Amino acid sequence: MLLASTPVDDDGALVAGIRAGDEHAFAELVRRYQPRMLRLAEATVGSHAVAQEVTQDTWIAVLRGVDRFEGRSSLKTWLFRILVNRARTAASREQRAGRPEDFGDERFDAAGAWTVPPEPWADRAEDQLMAAQLAQRVQMLLPELPAAQRQVLVLRDVEGLSPEDVSGLLGVSDGNQRVLLHRGRARLRQLLAAEVLP
Amino acid sequence: MTLRGWRRRSLVCRQAVALMTDYLDGNLDARSRARLEQHLAACPHCSEYLAQLRVTVDALGRATPDALSDEALDELVGLYRRWRADPETAD
Repeated sequence: MLLASTPVDDDGALVAGIRAGDEHAFAELVRRYQPRMLRLAEATVGSHAVAQEVTQDTWIAVLRGVDRFEGRSSLKTWLFRILVNRARTAASREQRAGRPEDFGDERFDAAGAWTVPPEPWADRAEDQLMAAQLAQRVQMLLPELPAAQRQVLVLRDVEGLSPEDVSGLLGVSDGNQRVLLHRGRARLRQLLAAEVLP
Repeated sequence: MTLRGWRRRSLVCRQAVALMTDYLDGNLDARSRARLEQHLAACPHCSEYLAQLRVTVDALGRATPDALSDEALDELVGLYRRWRADPETAD
């Protein structure tokens, strides 16, 4: 049989296996996506325990909907869409107090020049050991950000989704997505600076 | 060009920073990109800030999620078995 399109990896084969009752195919899909789904769920709900429940609910929805998955979007985007919907419901149920909006540490005078210029440290990341440490630190620092910024950062910069996919997944305009990305990166840059500088 | 005309055309740091996310995404039109690059060439502070943003984005791209525990995998495979046994009631 000739397939219309073959995904870059073998996600499609796993979906076929799951429909056919292949437990190993399901286990492989879980290994591949559960850690990333948990991370995205945490970014949305801000709690590990609630995020665990959200991913479990998501897998149930995935199994119930697997016959309807047509491969029009990538499997990753499909899984993330189901997850984000459930995470949002959970987040509103938890009614967590919203974090104050953060505008980063960019400070400028009336003429638009830096009042306190950024202290240099970017060149230290050329060191591979330091770069590896920073990669670990960003994960631990993500919870410091407001939820909307965290979500966009995880989807765009961690998972590498396109701006269009992220806008669609989160139901925000392209402009809003860009603002959240900009603020999130700026805030995380500030937090990293505090880690790197003595 | 008069000094006044030059001022009107060149970016201040605040404007330069505001353009950086779109710049990193390759989303700036040619004119804005040229103005930003002109500013960066003359402003070490904004160049450093952009370099720090690049390091931040790079660190996010390298972040690996926590490994899946055997217990968590077993639990989800159990969910799959229940769903196979009775697709209507798996939860």
